[in-house]
Amino acid sequence: MNHSKQLLAVLGTGGLIAAACGGWIFMNPATFAALIVLLVAWLVATRPGRLAAAMLGIALSTLRERTGATIVIIAGIGGVVAVLVALQSMSQGLQRTLHNTGDTQTVIVLSGSSTEASSFLTPEKVAIIAEKPGALQDRDGKAVLSAETLGVVRLPKKSSGARGNLALRGVGARAAEVRGNVRIVQGRTFRPGTQEMIVGVGARRVFAGLEIGQTVDLNNQRWTIVGAFESADAHESELFGDADTLGAAFRRPGYQSVIVRLAAPEAFDQFKAALTSDRRLDVNVRTTLDYYTSSRGTLVDTIHRVANVIAAIMAIGALFGALNVSYTTVQTRSREIATLRALGFDAVPVIASVMLETMLLATLGGALGAALAWSVFHEFTGSTFGADLGALIFQFDVSGALLWTGLKWALAIGFVGGMLPAMRAGRLPAAVALRAT
Amino acid sequence: MKFLPLVWAALFHRRARTLLTLFSVLAAFLLFGLLDGVRIAFNPVSSDAGNLRMFTVSRFAMRGLPQSLASEYERVPGVRQVTWASFVGGYFQDPKNRFVSFAVDRHFFALYPDYLLAPGQRRAFEETRVGAIVGESLARRFNWKVGQQIPLREMLRTNKTTGAKDWTFDLVGIFKVSDQKIESDENSVFVRWDYLDEGSVTSTHQAGMIISEIEPTMSHDAAAEAIDVLSRNSDHETTTMTEQALNRSYFRQFGDIGLIVSAIVTAAFFTLLLITGNVAAQAVRERTPQLATLKSLGFRDVSVLGMVLTESVLMMALGGTAGLALATIAVSWISRLGKSPVPVSTLGAETWLAGIVMMVIAGTIVGALPAWRAMKLKCADALSDH
Repeated sequence: MNHSKQLLAVLGTGGLIAAACGGWIFMNPATFAALIVLLVAWLVATRPGRLAAAMLGIALSTLRERTGATIVIIAGIGGVVAVLVALQSMSQGLQRTLHNTGDTQTVIVLSGSSTEASSFLTPEKVAIIAEKPGALQDRDGKAVLSAETLGVVRLPKKSSGARGNLALRGVGARAAEVRGNVRIVQGRTFRPGTQEMIVGVGARRVFAGLEIGQTVDLNNQRWTIVGAFESADAHESELFGDADTLGAAFRRPGYQSVIVRLAAPEAFDQFKAALTSDRRLDVNVRTTLDYYTSSRGTLVDTIHRVANVIAAIMAIGALFGALNVSYTTVQTRSREIATLRALGFDAVPVIASVMLETMLLATLGGALGAALAWSVFHEFTGSTFGADLGALIFQFDVSGALLWTGLKWALAIGFVGGMLPAMRAGRLPAAVALRAT
Repeated sequence: MKFLPLVWAALFHRRARTLLTLFSVLAAFLLFGLLDGVRIAFNPVSSDAGNLRMFTVSRFAMRGLPQSLASEYERVPGVRQVTWASFVGGYFQDPKNRFVSFAVDRHFFALYPDYLLAPGQRRAFEETRVGAIVGESLARRFNWKVGQQIPLREMLRTNKTTGAKDWTFDLVGIFKVSDQKIESDENSVFVRWDYLDEGSVTSTHQAGMIISEIEPTMSHDAAAEAIDVLSRNSDHETTTMTEQALNRSYFRQFGDIGLIVSAIVTAAFFTLLLITGNVAAQAVRERTPQLATLKSLGFRDVSVLGMVLTESVLMMALGGTAGLALATIAVSWISRLGKSPVPVSTLGAETWLAGIVMMVIAGTIVGALPAWRAMKLKCADALSDH
């Protein structure tokens, strides 16, 4: 009898925890607010609720005597949330930059290869591509496209002074028209045929010597920065110059890619068919969205996964810490709890008050951790490998959704960490506890 | 030592709590181990042979150097032998299967005694134009065997005969590294530079880097200067650096990500340590009456101090060892997958040593205050309290 009862209790507790954690993951703020309202109503309006509130009051008033335990819960859970939010904000910021790169109305044409670095297109092929139907045409009937080269320059970083690679994109005169999102925010654009460049604002934040009027040494030639541009995507980490002049400077004839603006996104199939059926070409045709999405997924995925794994390990550590101190708290307060039970307090208010105490501390910890991560990492500038070894510069993104996720983790740890000791407190036989020292 | 059973009994005085604490410690040291794996990956070290290799690259990124420079470098005093290599890209079957691949001079492996290659296989590479040598990890990953053909796609050179960027090589040898520290090098492919250069649509006679082995007595700076001065004010100015510097500049490309992850995980580790420290200290505090009993039985102050310290160090050591063991398994599993964008190698003695030092330090700090209190305990006061 006793055994089956115990088994039932264990199964019940396990099921409850699993269900709660499952519900937690999918909870949105509205449901959460509703739960809070219900909880407050219960605490105020019902008798067990009022008893629980009274017990919670007593417990909170004695918190100061248990500073160590309180710090363990707050610091542990705060740490989990800070780590989670910080790492996820990195992967989100990176993802946002990459996702903004490319759209369905521009097409990237590469020679039979999947990356820009290994592609090579001759001017003759570019001329053939320009004649194909489906591309947006200007008033003179010419296709709106940009034949581009991609190189790398090594420049000192502002932070460390160490040299890092920066992508140098040679673009056609109509690059801004083709891309649509490139906007000069300072100075002017480069003049074709001259040794002038414009710099993405991301690149300028990280690399030194890229202010307007400064010069960059390329293969013993001096190139002048004449403007800065914004594009809110990966191109912000690049330098733009005239493709043909750059090709001459590096003694590399030809181009790596052709970016074409379509008349409409629907024209893609027609354009692609026209290119792939032309036997003179042998090219790989993709929308820029498709190209940038597929070529750079792994790093974001890896960071995302690393963030979750590290946060999970941290969460396990913090959970055991929380369990530990909650058990100890219940133990040290066992006399007090037993007295209340003897006075006629039910198990329910006892359980509720212990759980609420842990969860309140968890919420406090979570909020502190989230605030810490936000204050340090929001709009923090990071850099990593971009395509073809140039740096990719991005900003960390501590979004509201991320803070919410962090808070959910905190509450989940508080819930599990408080629940088991609370059950113990609820089951405590009054007579035994009173006799115990 | 004779008090060990007593310490052990004290440790498991409250079994449930000790287990919970052990799990927290385990989590902390699991993080510590993983962090160290990342740290080692981002701070590549050279083997002894690597310390003699100097790398010369173009001052301007993405450009090659005339391969003919190699013979000039051979005449530089203090340079023993010279070879060259170019990064050539490519993947096997699926674009996701990318790895590091180099086209190298046929005598390349003479400068790499740290790549263990059977003499017969090394000779086969020297004699086979279409030959390829791969690292053992990579061979295991794709189940390659010596003698088979390996087709690589989308290399950085266009094949003259097919007009495509696909090349096929004969696998003539598989190497192991002699030093665990450079284990990630086993994920590379080496093919013949002359085959690729002469078989390309545009034969450039260029090499991405020229590698010189210097006399051990020669300083790195002097060697770099002696080599760089040869090309000064030409259209192919060079920068020469040590292998370690070259690797560092490569890993710096991951930019802040490695640094930030390390910083965050370090913070996480110390937070966990703080938590467990607090809990462990409390456990000792609770046993004050027991300690007082021991003292009234005649245990000396120093013995009590030692026992309490031993207990907290033991706690850290038990949890920490389990955590590091788990980290070792996890890291070797990740490196076996070979899919990580950051090369990871297995956790070695270095990490374990650092971990053990960490356990002892953490255990001592955690136990210090309770142990001190236990030593200063007045038996009468402590016993009458309860």
